[in-house]
Amino acid sequence: MRVVAAMSGGVDSAVAAARMLDAGHEVVGVHLALSRSAATLRESARGCCTLEDAGDARRVADRLGVPFYVWDLADRFATDVVEDFVAEYAAGRTPNPCLRCNEKIKFAALLDKALALGFDAVATGHYARIVEGPGGERELHRGVDPAKDQSYVLGVLDADQLAHAFFPLGDLTKDEVRAEAAARGFAVAKKPDSHDICFIPDGDTRGFLTRALGERPGEVVSTDGEVLGRHTGTYGFTIGQRRGLGLDRGSLDGRPRYVVGIDARAHRVVIGTADLLGIEDIVGVDARWCGAVPAGELEVGAQVRAHGEEVPATALVLADGRVRVRLAQRVRGVAPGQAVVLYDGTRVVGSATITQEY
Amino acid sequence: MTAYLDHAATTPMRPVAIEAYAAALARVGNPSSLHTAGRAARALVEESRERIAAALGARPSEIIFTSGGTEADNLAIKGGHWARVGADPARRRLVVSGIEHHAVLDPVEHLVETGSAQVSWLEPDRCGHVAPDDLARVLDELGSEVSLVSVIWANNEVGTVQPIAELAEIAHAHGIPMHSDAVQAVGHLPLEFAASGLDLMTVTAHKLGGPVGVGALVAGRQVALVPLAHGGGQERQVRSGTLDAAGVHAFAVALDLAVAERDVEAKRLVALRDRLVEGAMGLGLGITVSGCWRPGDVEERVPGNAHLLVPGTDGDSLLYLLDAAGVEVSTGSACQAGVPRPSHVLLAMGYSEREARGALRLSLGHPSTDADVDAFLAALPGVVERARRAARRS
Repeated sequence: MRVVAAMSGGVDSAVAAARMLDAGHEVVGVHLALSRSAATLRESARGCCTLEDAGDARRVADRLGVPFYVWDLADRFATDVVEDFVAEYAAGRTPNPCLRCNEKIKFAALLDKALALGFDAVATGHYARIVEGPGGERELHRGVDPAKDQSYVLGVLDADQLAHAFFPLGDLTKDEVRAEAAARGFAVAKKPDSHDICFIPDGDTRGFLTRALGERPGEVVSTDGEVLGRHTGTYGFTIGQRRGLGLDRGSLDGRPRYVVGIDARAHRVVIGTADLLGIEDIVGVDARWCGAVPAGELEVGAQVRAHGEEVPATALVLADGRVRVRLAQRVRGVAPGQAVVLYDGTRVVGSATITQEY
Repeated sequence: MTAYLDHAATTPMRPVAIEAYAAALARVGNPSSLHTAGRAARALVEESRERIAAALGARPSEIIFTSGGTEADNLAIKGGHWARVGADPARRRLVVSGIEHHAVLDPVEHLVETGSAQVSWLEPDRCGHVAPDDLARVLDELGSEVSLVSVIWANNEVGTVQPIAELAEIAHAHGIPMHSDAVQAVGHLPLEFAASGLDLMTVTAHKLGGPVGVGALVAGRQVALVPLAHGGGQERQVRSGTLDAAGVHAFAVALDLAVAERDVEAKRLVALRDRLVEGAMGLGLGITVSGCWRPGDVEERVPGNAHLLVPGTDGDSLLYLLDAAGVEVSTGSACQAGVPRPSHVLLAMGYSEREARGALRLSLGHPSTDADVDAFLAALPGVVERARRAARRS
């Protein structure tokens, strides 16, 4: 097949590209330019999109002897990922931009362009597996390395997108990938992992949002409505957050306090004790299914954040397309805006965006 | 078999230049040294300087060797501006065309951003021509505060040739020196430094069959320049650094050959270019040629230059698809980290950003043949169809 290997300049996508080539595919390396201000050279331990990253990707492509191009998707990224990220926070939700990027950029803008140009698929360095199901359909499964599994941020992909996706690292652990990169002589073998949001290279999400949204001051209140303090923007808070609440009074009856609610419209952050954080009933919208829309109640495993535990649950698709997920145990830190991804064993069944109403 | 159609980016070295280069590289000697080996290296440099001066219609003392076109442009713009401001602090304004190469554009913008200069831009017409009347108008109004005028001899994207002598005459009437970046013109167009009236002219070796890494600023003896780098004081005290004897020697050999073959070669390239342009426009794909193009014309446009606009496409898709088909071209505009941006040259000529998106620069050179043109024309219909599909999806 003719395959675009999306190459970020990191070790994972480098090995993924090499494996596609070894598997006999015709590979072209593509680095995505996602920022208009990419003209910085820095050790890219955090984030992506520097000139150094583009150069690292190019050197891997050189070594593999495959063509390499930079595709400019900065406009699409700004609209579909960065603006969406800001708007979600402004609305009091906690978005996952990596998931949005997979949904809208890597397996939409990039994939569409690749298909139009005559390619058959896009390969990335995600830790997830695609397994052929009993009916020949492509199923998305967790990667074998539990520490690196990225099926959660791919859970938004639908059957069409999966049909044109390759994840060559799903059977490997990170250590194995690094060893393979070193064995292949890639200079990026020891390059540090990226952890942060790539468009916030200094890691200061609150500062980024303040620049984007301006200050939107409001009250920090208890669940009884008692005013405990003030804040400069609800977007600086996430459900389950314990630190940086900026309160002048001590704890509630000696118990630690957490953000238990965010009401962006009233500019209000609600503080409460840990017991209020436990959620067992979730409603998800914008559901995406890896195959047909399931009928009836499903026994599933549910994961509600990128590096969270999977818990047993039952899921039911409602008549209006929303999904109701009942968790078998209370889970803390369920934030509206995050995805709930549903698993059957290692297989991703589908996903939905967690809403306010629970 | 690939068709290389990007000779304006760089062109293969002429075999005789490679031979001369290799032979000179094998000899030791710093041209500044006083012993026999040094004198031999110096002799090679000076003989090359004389040959290059003769080929360019300049005096040997007017040739300042540099590392290439970018350095020569920087020396002319920054060095020329600083020297003029130093002599007359009232002259802080640069007058520059809007279709300069980045090697001129960026030093100008740097001077403006750092508060050392103001700038008046000369906007070209739809053909890419800078009108002498526009220069006259600017200088009539602001002439007493202008340090330097700079207009590219032949544009690197659309190949438009400017009325340099006319522009220089206007600048001189106001007592202002004039620079021109002639990187795309030298070896391809008739070019006489003395007759042009220019005070400063940039040339480079690797666009005409010489090596990368050597060029020159031709600077009239009356022109003062502040050096960019200080050191051993070579090259009239304005361009320090050990002279690249082998490089300038190969430059001289390549330039001599290019000039000797120029008239015949220009006609040959124009015939190829015309076939390419007519062939592309005849495909019924809505392709147009940008800049001024007249079949058979060897004067108003660099002979080997063709610049096409393919509506409904992105240049980078065209480039990729042609590359995959073995045809190597350019989108013409400068890249940022490998991403082509809409060309400032096309925008200055009045094209919209949308029109400028589907730009392709094809440039023919001394090794180009009919087979290269055929390969391009054969690949083009399928490429355009795919690129249009990709543009519709994004």
